[in-house]
Amino acid sequence: MAVHDAILEVADDCLVLGHRLSEWCGHAPMLEEDLALPNMALDLIGTARVLYDRAGALEGKGRSEDDMAYLRDEREYRNCLLVERPNGDFAQTMLRQLFFAAFMHPFWQAAQSSKDEVIAGVAGKAVKELAYHIRHAGEWVVRLGDGTEESAVRMQAALLALSIYVEELFESSPAAQEAEAAGILPERAAMRAAFDATIAEVFTQAGLDMPEVTFPQTGGRTGLHGEGLGHMLAEMQSVHRSCPGVTW
Amino acid sequence: MVSAETLTQKAAWNAAAAVPDPEVPCVTVADLGILRWIRVVNGMAVAGVTPTYSGCPATLAIEMSIEAALRDAGFDVRIERVLTPAWTTDWITEEGREKLRAYGIAPPEEATGSVRALFGETTVTCPKCDSTDTEKLSEFGSTACKAHYRCRACAEPFDYFKCI
Repeated sequence: MAVHDAILEVADDCLVLGHRLSEWCGHAPMLEEDLALPNMALDLIGTARVLYDRAGALEGKGRSEDDMAYLRDEREYRNCLLVERPNGDFAQTMLRQLFFAAFMHPFWQAAQSSKDEVIAGVAGKAVKELAYHIRHAGEWVVRLGDGTEESAVRMQAALLALSIYVEELFESSPAAQEAEAAGILPERAAMRAAFDATIAEVFTQAGLDMPEVTFPQTGGRTGLHGEGLGHMLAEMQSVHRSCPGVTW
Repeated sequence: MVSAETLTQKAAWNAAAAVPDPEVPCVTVADLGILRWIRVVNGMAVAGVTPTYSGCPATLAIEMSIEAALRDAGFDVRIERVLTPAWTTDWITEEGREKLRAYGIAPPEEATGSVRALFGETTVTCPKCDSTDTEKLSEFGSTACKAHYRCRACAEPFDYFKCI
């Protein structure tokens, strides 16, 4: 385990969620959202690219961002389980986004003082972008949670489906612990107060309560993923793998 | 007395600074504050360029245009991507803001509250009729850096360059 593995975890979170959001492109329920979701996907994929590049440089084996994204199998991906959850309906997509952004906003805020110049630079950009993601997702969680009977039922279902993946956000793998000790990445557990405050603010307006989670799901950081990730990667990597080295 | 080196530096800056933004061609990379600096060392112009958003698809196109402009001006070129400090809309020059307005894009307004505030609205002035009676249609517009608004006074839809 090394620092570059920890950077890879964050990069995978961003790429996988970014790809999930991009799946809405052309399918969103209204034009505004069809623009908004791919826009946020771009933010996340842009962040992932810089992080892959940095992880590859620190690893020192000459792996490029494309090698990282397209030539690793499911078991080599280190993203947390939350981000790979399928889009489901709008309630699930927006709640997943809110959970992730509510965690990553304070994470990037703290990472601005990283001892790694590239991480600090990425953080300075991402923290501004994530503020918009929190607002966008938060507003949707309120609209749906406090909306019609149907939307409230769906938001409640999304909450039950996704809350079991929240705890993993705060877990630091051995690689992350190493990066934290070296001052490269902030301590994950330290994000809890800020996360709770954001969620409380939104949930109060949405009429939602965070359910008690008896069996939190974890394993993404060791490469143990849900069924959905393999399908997603198969689609995402197919062109690159069938035409290696192709450019246009 | 101006040294030859200063003159070359100036020539390089002028060449690079005139490059238009590929997605908002009414403003140049200098107007937007994307071109951070130019250093000329032994005929090699090194340009510091910063991306606006992490995933801005125009980043590469901008770097290539700056490189081409400097080559045309007779320099060898190296582009350095500058990540820190992160680009902010505060770096858009006064001239750039005027050009945006004339082009029909409302320039970024000083944020009145936290951008995270739920359902928070920034007062945006219509670039066509100067009315402040405008409404947000979408937080995310035609490009990552813009939101989409509509003027209630003149009914014109317009882009707003988001404050970041």
